[in-house]
Amino acid sequence: MPETPSPTPTRRRRVDLSSPVVWAAAALLALLLFNAVVNPGFFGLRIQDGHLFGSPVDVLKNSAPTLLIAVGMTLVIATRGIDLSVGAVLAISGSVAFTIIEGSSDPTSTGTAVVAILTALAVGLLLGAWNGFLVSVIGIQPIIATLVLMTAGRGLAMLVTDGQIITAESPAFNWLGGGFVLGLPAQVVLTLAVLLLVAALTRRTALGTLIEAVGTNPEAARLAGVRSRSITWTVYVFVAFTAAVAGLMTTANVSAADANRAGLFIELDAILAVVIGGTSLAGGRYSLTGTVIGALILQTLTTTVLTMGVPDEYIRLFKAVVIIAVFLLQAPRIRAALSRRRGGPRAVTSPAVPVPPVDGADARPLTPAVPAPARAADGPSSTSDSSVDSDQGALR
Amino acid sequence: MTVSDTRPAPAPAPEDTAPRRTAAQSAYAWLRRTDTGSSTFSVLVTAVLLVVLFGAGSARYENFGYPQVALNLLVDNAHLIVLAVGMTFVILTGGIDLSSGAVVALSTVVTASLLEAGWPAPVVIVLVLAIGSSLGWAMGAAVHHLQLQPFIVTLAGMFLARGLCFVISEPSIPIRDELFTGLAQNVIELPGNTYLTYGVVIALVVVAVAVYVLHRTRFGRTVYAIGGSEQSAGLMGLAVGRTKVGVYVISGFCSALGGLLFSLYILSGWSLHAIGLELDAIAAVVIGGTLLTGGRGLVVGSLLGVLVLGTIQSLISFDGGLSSWWTKITIGVLLLVFVVVQRVTTRRDRSVT
Repeated sequence: MPETPSPTPTRRRRVDLSSPVVWAAAALLALLLFNAVVNPGFFGLRIQDGHLFGSPVDVLKNSAPTLLIAVGMTLVIATRGIDLSVGAVLAISGSVAFTIIEGSSDPTSTGTAVVAILTALAVGLLLGAWNGFLVSVIGIQPIIATLVLMTAGRGLAMLVTDGQIITAESPAFNWLGGGFVLGLPAQVVLTLAVLLLVAALTRRTALGTLIEAVGTNPEAARLAGVRSRSITWTVYVFVAFTAAVAGLMTTANVSAADANRAGLFIELDAILAVVIGGTSLAGGRYSLTGTVIGALILQTLTTTVLTMGVPDEYIRLFKAVVIIAVFLLQAPRIRAALSRRRGGPRAVTSPAVPVPPVDGADARPLTPAVPAPARAADGPSSTSDSSVDSDQGALR
Repeated sequence: MTVSDTRPAPAPAPEDTAPRRTAAQSAYAWLRRTDTGSSTFSVLVTAVLLVVLFGAGSARYENFGYPQVALNLLVDNAHLIVLAVGMTFVILTGGIDLSSGAVVALSTVVTASLLEAGWPAPVVIVLVLAIGSSLGWAMGAAVHHLQLQPFIVTLAGMFLARGLCFVISEPSIPIRDELFTGLAQNVIELPGNTYLTYGVVIALVVVAVAVYVLHRTRFGRTVYAIGGSEQSAGLMGLAVGRTKVGVYVISGFCSALGGLLFSLYILSGWSLHAIGLELDAIAAVVIGGTLLTGGRGLVVGSLLGVLVLGTIQSLISFDGGLSSWWTKITIGVLLLVFVVVQRVTTRRDRSVT
């Protein structure tokens, strides 16, 4: 199981029961235990032709596209945003790649595959830049700004493929879907690489804190010298990039680009993974570990249900019930009630949960917001104006 | 809020500039005098758009101008109108309901399977409406009492409803009940060799009731107040909790009713019906001028929004050369234009006040 740096590695000694990540991890553990009991062969790994096979590998491989997108989605949600268009971006990316491969004079060459991959990624970045532009520059609500591309995106993908399901054989490209690195599926390795990169970038530098600052209060973050706009823009570009990579993976996996079906509902799965992992949609806090656990829960659930031989038609209901149970466990009131009954410390609600503020004391320093001199000052150190300094002191 | 009460007295234009005014300038001057952020204005824009789209269709395609083509907009979209009405209530409080498409599917499946099992149609109808309302109640209670986010709660509701569909029946079930087929096949003859279905009448009644509830009852005013500021509404002593749960019940009821109308329209129940219909409903509400942040919007706007979507669909099907995916692209572009315009007008509105 992939490990990511925990948000507070040094301070957390005993398990914090109010943390939703703990509950998600417990749910995953329970699922795995259940599997171990019901289906002893579940954890059986075997090596065949130098590659690992077995249910755990399947879970990892099948969750790779969702997890990849969920990593990008975590950052977007941390800025109090959301991206509904990832499924459409995924479909467009796959369609672009396959259209290029099919239309080239030499479909099987590595060069064609590289061109196709790079073009698809570039298109993904472009679409992400578009979403980011709508959200950060025009200032449209994220859910609506990305709804535009979600609606139009599948149409665009159909436009690219001319409404056909495009199939093409390109060994270099198909490696993305079915290849292996050191015995592990290439999808898993790629996703892990992106995950570790993001974890290192956001948790070993200040970037993660800045993203959380933007999610907590964009205006205050901006006044404190954080470049809210560029950070917001960047996370939307990044999530579209992950969606484009996931698009290449999923289409390479089946060697076909279906503009209509590819990545259908993956945006909901990705958002679910993030939320199950304990990242609140209200922004301001995020946990990459939680997202990984969330994505694994979703996929383990599917695999479990399938290996248990539950009739196909019950799978969706089963998943829905489990997801609802996880949500209910995370609801602030229920968590508070649970911890009260256990006689633990007083009910702690996570600060990322949108509890309506009871006292206005916190909000008061902000109400005479945007003082004109403070607006001019981008960095706190770049000015010697004492009134600005006192204003920003009040904001902190 | 009306256009007139916020309009300042038009300042008399200086005499030397008046003669040089072009049409664009006077249009701009009119726009500056008018409160472009008001709901009435947004609905007016949608109405103009509808007329322009329809006019363009009539000018371009020979048979587009027939009255029946216009009436078919209602006939083909009766279920979407009902759905959009329910969605308007939820969005006015600042929430969202992603489950409505799935509830439509669930309603069609429940209707079809119970009718097949020989239940009397009236009982089935009441039961379906009760299922939709109670699903809505459960989601509303989760939103209000558990303080979960509407987006997530209704997403879970969507999974649950679709999951139930598959459990009840995976293959499509035809509806052969006499009441249903009778309602579906008999039409209301109108003068001029045109007709309407009973579904349209129900949809229009729903719109009328919604307008009455929103503007003439305490509940409706509370809906607007919550959308404006939930905290203020609570401090004013309004019944925030009851109203918030209420709008989800209304949305659930409307989704179930929409599902019944849809099963009348299509005469079958299938778990994969109405995929993505909730997005169409949200798009119609937005195009109808309702702010997604809540507090501002009219039900009539949503009705017009549905008709605009319907007109685009008919335009594209009349033009044989355009492929079906252009519908999605056009709706996306239209959504974009409306959202950007909304954003610009409300931003100016805020800077003024």
